[in-house]
Amino acid sequence: MKNETLYQYILCIADNSLILGQRLGELCGHGPSLETDIAITNIALDLIGQTRSYYQYAARLIDEEKTEDDIAFLRLEREYKNVLLVEQPNTHFGYVMARQFLFDVYHLMFLEKLQYSKDDQLVAVAKKGIKEVSYHKRFSSDWVKRLGDGTEESRQKMQEAVDDLWRFTNELFLMTDAEKTMAANGIGVDIAQLKEEYYKEVSDVLKEATLTVPENTYFTKGGKEGIHTEHMGYILSELQYMQRTYPNMTW
Amino acid sequence: MTLVAQTNIEDHLRPILDKVSDPEIPVLTVLDLGVIREAIEKKGTVYIKLTPTYSGCPAMDVIGDDLKAAFAEAGMNAKVELVLAPAWTTDWISEQGKRKMEAYGIAAPLEETADKEALLGDAKVVKCTNCGSTNTHLVSQFGSTACKALFKCDECLEPFDYFKCLK
Repeated sequence: MKNETLYQYILCIADNSLILGQRLGELCGHGPSLETDIAITNIALDLIGQTRSYYQYAARLIDEEKTEDDIAFLRLEREYKNVLLVEQPNTHFGYVMARQFLFDVYHLMFLEKLQYSKDDQLVAVAKKGIKEVSYHKRFSSDWVKRLGDGTEESRQKMQEAVDDLWRFTNELFLMTDAEKTMAANGIGVDIAQLKEEYYKEVSDVLKEATLTVPENTYFTKGGKEGIHTEHMGYILSELQYMQRTYPNMTW
Repeated sequence: MTLVAQTNIEDHLRPILDKVSDPEIPVLTVLDLGVIREAIEKKGTVYIKLTPTYSGCPAMDVIGDDLKAAFAEAGMNAKVELVLAPAWTTDWISEQGKRKMEAYGIAAPLEETADKEALLGDAKVVKCTNCGSTNTHLVSQFGSTACKALFKCDECLEPFDYFKCLK
């Protein structure tokens, strides 16, 4: 391994996109309308595309034999470093949009900082990603507002979704050792610094959506250290099925 | 247009590159689209630098294979490398490409301000590719592919795609 810390850092970023992309991919053909269905799969495609760029880079850091597919399909659950937020299930459309919104606000803020990294490859992926994630955030914010400030039922469902997902938001700003090291040497982003701005921006949208900003201070964590919720195993069993059942199969 | 200045494509390779088109928008060649950033020949091998329109664009793998096939037919070996920086922008679509796109039924990207007004506000600035009216409205910011938004014309009632401005 040429640079273990950088490799771990890339996983911290890319696994979020992979797992959220996989979650959204599950909805292909199940969106509430044709337009939203297409929008959700478009977002999934962007996220998986970004993941590929990160993993291709990460694979070069391990050894010449490894590819992006090894990283995506052949790791164990504990080796995935995504935050718990992105692995939460698709219960209903409002919930999916709330999850997306809470991640998109963070994601765009993060990429806007990553574009000033000292690592050229990360800069390239970030600059490309900013253009795409701006659209994601616009889409999810619009739906949070539309459903929050919608009918009695849509408002209640959106409020419950935000209340339920709120406990996963703090983890976005917890830094692993790899993240601290990379931030210190100018390659990574000091994400702890983004927290205040994040909650301000999220709260502004929730208020516009006539929703109540949750006040609970109980937060959960673990994903970034590889300790996931029970949902993760189900995601991986579907994601990895083909490669586990037919090792080295190709399309 | 700064298209020519930003790319390094050897002239004798252009006719071959011009045979390769976007599988999603077959009227556009890879040169029209501006995704070829470099094409140089060294001792019978052509080295191509290709940039994706969107990160997850599934057309990129197909375009890479099509490029290799087109050069193989011309008796040359092609090596395709995917480059991410500088990030592709719709400014790199050639004027000819924009005309072909319109004729094909996809409204070409507007400049940035008008694009924002069309996608974020209610500005009626996107022209229907069927009847030419600007009395159109946005149906979805995401269309049939990552690079397009879905519009509907309120004059002739036809739905159509709009190629989103990407800067």
